[in-house]
Amino acid sequence: MAQLPFIAAIDAGIHQEMKRDPKVLYFGQNMATTENHEFVAAYGHDRVRVTPISETAEIGIAIGAAMAGLRPVVELYMAEFMLVAMDQVCNEAPRFRYMSGGQVKVPLVLKAGFGFACGWAGQHTGSLTALFMGVPGLKVVVPSTAADAKGLMATAIRDDNPVVYLHHYLLTLEPGEVPDGEHLVPFGKAEIRRSGGDVTIVATGWMVPRSLGAAEKLAKEGIQAEVIDPRTVAPLDLETILKSVAKTGRLVLVDQAPRHATVSGIIAGEVAEHGFSSLKAPIVQVTARNATVPYSEPLEAYVIPDEERIIAGVRSVLKSRR
Amino acid sequence: MSVQAPNAERQIWIYTQMLRIREFEERVKRSFTEHPGVIRGHTHLADGAEASIVGSLSHFRPGDAALATYRCHGYPLVLGSDPKAMMAEIYGRADGLCKGLGGSMHLTDVKRGFLGTSGIVGAGIPHAAGAAWAAQIRKKGEVVLSFFGDGASKQGAFHETLNIASLWKLPVIFVMENNGYNVVTTTAQEDANAAAGEPLAIKAKAYSMPGVTVDGFDPLAVFATVGAAIERARAGGGPTLVESKVYRLSAHGNIIAPPGVPLHYPEHEAITVFGKREEYEAALRGDPVPRFRGVLVKSSVLNSGKADEIAAQAAAEMQAAVDFALKSPFPRLESALENVYA
Repeated sequence: MAQLPFIAAIDAGIHQEMKRDPKVLYFGQNMATTENHEFVAAYGHDRVRVTPISETAEIGIAIGAAMAGLRPVVELYMAEFMLVAMDQVCNEAPRFRYMSGGQVKVPLVLKAGFGFACGWAGQHTGSLTALFMGVPGLKVVVPSTAADAKGLMATAIRDDNPVVYLHHYLLTLEPGEVPDGEHLVPFGKAEIRRSGGDVTIVATGWMVPRSLGAAEKLAKEGIQAEVIDPRTVAPLDLETILKSVAKTGRLVLVDQAPRHATVSGIIAGEVAEHGFSSLKAPIVQVTARNATVPYSEPLEAYVIPDEERIIAGVRSVLKSRR
Repeated sequence: MSVQAPNAERQIWIYTQMLRIREFEERVKRSFTEHPGVIRGHTHLADGAEASIVGSLSHFRPGDAALATYRCHGYPLVLGSDPKAMMAEIYGRADGLCKGLGGSMHLTDVKRGFLGTSGIVGAGIPHAAGAAWAAQIRKKGEVVLSFFGDGASKQGAFHETLNIASLWKLPVIFVMENNGYNVVTTTAQEDANAAAGEPLAIKAKAYSMPGVTVDGFDPLAVFATVGAAIERARAGGGPTLVESKVYRLSAHGNIIAPPGVPLHYPEHEAITVFGKREEYEAALRGDPVPRFRGVLVKSSVLNSGKADEIAAQAAAEMQAAVDFALKSPFPRLESALENVYA
């Protein structure tokens, strides 16, 4: 085990796979511009390249390279930059295996940061996870710890499908214990970050530490929250969530996206359909307020869920009955 | 680089492949009237592009790859795909090339190097560049052919990809089949180069790669032009943009209509939209299939008896494809849920 910041753990995952598999490529904008860039030095320009600002071509090239047998990782920096190339992400990469009747595989990783709520204003702060999770053929990964950042990246690279790997920008420097050597985290297996019997909280990305913070405060009042981190939202481990709800009977979903663009809405629908008999109270969703993320600091904080709003959500779900 | 002209045997092969494409497409078109309801959605034919397709693919070797668009029936026929499986795919049947999951717009035959077809204009161009990057890493002199239309050259994907392909010297040949129309919009109405009276191949200049224009109705001219571009790419010289001037001999596609309205092929847009019947008829007079037959008979590569024999064989082969596809069952319902993920 080593203490690594989240961002170094992601790199460790990429290194782990590039070392073992010469088919793995890594490329994107503003990287690999010198011979001593760590990935260029280790793997050479055949596999590591800088691209111009051309997201459509970058992701499209990844798709073609993947169909030709390689395993590209595209460094996109910000999730919003995928919006420039939405056709390639949502209507090309996930379609070819299907439309060809299973003749091709499209193993690639689209690595992008998201949710940079620290004064980046309206166009670099979005939480777009739900936009991708409903596209058949895409997998969507949202690590919240350094260990998962490494292990989920490695699994993403080995996966034979296009994977959108969304790392939260505000977790970038968060340190964590990261296993040395080969480390893989399976897709579709949620992690229970904190056990509790009174209420279930489900959150991804930066909302995980915020939910854990809220849970600690609630614990001082004797309220024990179970905090679940799905880690991947496609595939989504509903079983773990339903099992927890069967135990607690109460569910609070925390999501950094605006109300109608959330992963939480999808989970709420599934739990309402498959876990209704366990529910002692209506499901509560704590989401961003329905606005573009504002620049000014107090306004930004007002729009995005914080510990206080999560605590309020828990209190309301504990008070209400159905 | 100059490419040696194809010998007599190869010229006959080229003519045979052109006829096979024409006969296949004729039967796709006829299916709308002879077997109404069998073909769904939107279907796009390659009639008029046969010389361009076959001339380009004449240089294809094992290990090379080709990618194309929704107008994709011609290429796999030349690369050796089974027309029975292709027609079954277009009819949505279990024996289809893609198990009935893709249909007319998405024919794919990976074993024969036909890697993929995107239905979104221009979107497949970067895929070809990606496959060319893989070829560049393999270092075996393999190349990728990227086929698309003139309309795609107005997409960002085209410009972004040509820039990177030239920058990285990728072994890819961009074959733009310029048929003069983006559906019902003429090239001059949407392309600054065309409006200025310049060839579309001039776009290559912006990306510091060779750009050449060729008569896409002449298979030997295409053979020479694309062949030179392929040799250049195999030798590590990088990409070329080839503008192959063709003419669609059918409309853009069958009519777009909701269920209940029988689908059919309307007349070409030159007639239905612009009232220029003479333009269309001039193109018909230059039809590359009879034109090349004339060339081969005149040069004594073929006599008319042999030419008729090839035509009869192609017709029988493609009729057998229709008969096979009609008899093929629909896929199992559960197969709709297979192949979503690898």
